[in-house]
Amino acid sequence: MTEVELVHGVEISVKHPRDELLRADRLPHIWCPGCGLGIVTKCLVEAIRRSDVPLDRHVVVSGIGCTSRLPGYLNLDTYHTTHGRAIPFATGLKIANPDLEVTVVAGDGDLFNIGGNHLIHAIRRNVDLNVFCVNNFNYGMTGGQFGATTPIGARTATTPYGNFEAPFNLPYIVAAAGAPFVARWTTLHVRQLLRVMRRAFQIQGLAFVEIISPCPPTFGELNNFEDGYAMMEYFRNYSRVDDHAELSTIGLSMKPPDPVVVGNFVDTRKPTYHELERELIERARN
Amino acid sequence: MAGNYACAEGAIAAGCRFYAGYPITPSSEIAEHMSRRLPQVGGHYVQMEDEIGSIAAILGASNAGMKVMTATSGPGFSLMMENIGLGVITETPCVVVDVQRGGPSTGLPTLVGQADMMQVRWGSHGDYEVIAFAPNSVQEMFDLTVKAFNMAEKFRTPVFVMADQIIAHMTDRLVIPPPEDIEVVQRKKAMKQGPSFLPFDFSQDFPPMAIAGEGHHVNVDSLTHDERGYPSAKHDVSERMLEHLIGKIRNNLETIVQVEHYLTDDAKVVVIAYGSTSRSALHAVKEARRAGMKVGLLRLITPWPFPVREVERIGAKAKAVVVPEINYGQIEHPVREHVDCRVIGIHHAAGSLVPPDKIYAALEKL
Ligand code: SF4
Repeated sequence: MTEVELVHGVEISVKHPRDELLRADRLPHIWCPGCGLGIVTKCLVEAIRRSDVPLDRHVVVSGIGCTSRLPGYLNLDTYHTTHGRAIPFATGLKIANPDLEVTVVAGDGDLFNIGGNHLIHAIRRNVDLNVFCVNNFNYGMTGGQFGATTPIGARTATTPYGNFEAPFNLPYIVAAAGAPFVARWTTLHVRQLLRVMRRAFQIQGLAFVEIISPCPPTFGELNNFEDGYAMMEYFRNYSRVDDHAELSTIGLSMKPPDPVVVGNFVDTRKPTYHELERELIERARN
Repeated sequence: MAGNYACAEGAIAAGCRFYAGYPITPSSEIAEHMSRRLPQVGGHYVQMEDEIGSIAAILGASNAGMKVMTATSGPGFSLMMENIGLGVITETPCVVVDVQRGGPSTGLPTLVGQADMMQVRWGSHGDYEVIAFAPNSVQEMFDLTVKAFNMAEKFRTPVFVMADQIIAHMTDRLVIPPPEDIEVVQRKKAMKQGPSFLPFDFSQDFPPMAIAGEGHHVNVDSLTHDERGYPSAKHDVSERMLEHLIGKIRNNLETIVQVEHYLTDDAKVVVIAYGSTSRSALHAVKEARRAGMKVGLLRLITPWPFPVREVERIGAKAKAVVVPEINYGQIEHPVREHVDCRVIGIHHAAGSLVPPDKIYAALEKL
């Protein structure tokens, strides 16, 4: 129950229902107005609150960047590591203690530029991690330079004449590397995000969710989305839910009327690293 | 047994149950031996995609409560530098073995070098202190690896075993004492929880460590942070944190620094050496003594933190010191900083042991 206090005759709730899961003494957060990361935080907190895993066993790991600041606001065991290295750090944590529910929350730059090799290897090993990649199509924290997800033609701080490098299509790569669970949603899809995060906690093996998110002051402004709302409007008008989409075709241009195909694309079961390692240890001991 | 196997056995004896690494000559036998031995004792051998992943994985596993190690050589060591800093700032115990080979770059993969001695001290960006051991025998590959774990767990910091190709591939008799005779330090784990718990209490040199999953809800951060682990860009927080990170080593030199004296008491000329070079140096010093020269040997078992007091004492008495190394004068630098007498560096970069003759010739001239 929310506690309520009367202040000048007005009822003010003194505790936020999710305070228990937030480091309230670290707020306000550093994110820009219109940024999608607040929505991601809310969904994650809610998913963790409703998960069957006790709070003490939830561990959240990040690298460096705007998204990677997220775990620092959560009242859990949280690890803010180095740029691109959240995945191998989380791999070590999870292998050392498979009882932990290890979630990696990091940006597209962290996971697919500097840390891309680690990610595909964690997928190949099928380490039981939940990897939530917030894709904002640029390096937000350093002022909006282009990266591996920046669409062709997009303007950023370092593509003043438009980007000509072909971007990665994240679900396609991750599925090709063999991830047993692959999904993509936007920050408009809060219910679906909450559901997919809860599903990720249940997946045995590496569960990958791309979360498309507005970054108004950098990518947004330079690419015809004047504020966070404008990008949410784009998501609302042009998202197309298709769980059976042909993944090679769902690359993003971020230009209306091109669609943003979302859905839970892959949901399979294969042996995890931990299951196979346990068998190996049994063999070695006998 | 060869040095690399002794090192791996030392790690197991010290309680290491998690190894992440990437194969590289001349350290690969450590990984090979760990891949066989760790599963037998219920531990984890993880072969990562590169050395950056290896060091990141051991830091993660250490935060889950395990004693952890990786081993590499020059090129891999270079790749590990950034996350060595992460280990320092997050106060995460781990052991990193560098079996040094000739460099720079890919250099001499199969031949000996000692040219990472400055990199281990200064290679990661920012200010920090390190603890590094330089074994000079197969037995020390075992003993000092155990010690490295004990130091890492006590000081909550990365500790280095700066081996070299000769010691790593040398075969010699190894005595593995019964477990009850091996001193093994266990990590001090945090018991307290709740808002009053300070996981990075800078007022103590060795605050107990909060382990993932044990209910502390700790934030472990690569950013400059306060006692709660919260990132901060405040000037006083940065000062407090660095003073703690550096102080915990500088305040405890007497429990870390280790040297070995051979006939230095009456020596007019002292050779200062470490690792495989100290074996050549001992040979040359013995020869010179036989020829009636008043010479001695100071062996640096811990090149870092630099044994300032011991080297100063030598410098105050001797008329010259000779510093042979398989590099172009790396440990010669701090030696020069701390002695007033003449310093003669013997620089040897042939990918081989410093020939005892080369050291003898220098002694003869003095
Ligand atoms: S730069 Fe972009 S991603 Fe970073 S906080 Fe601002 S809006 Fe969010």
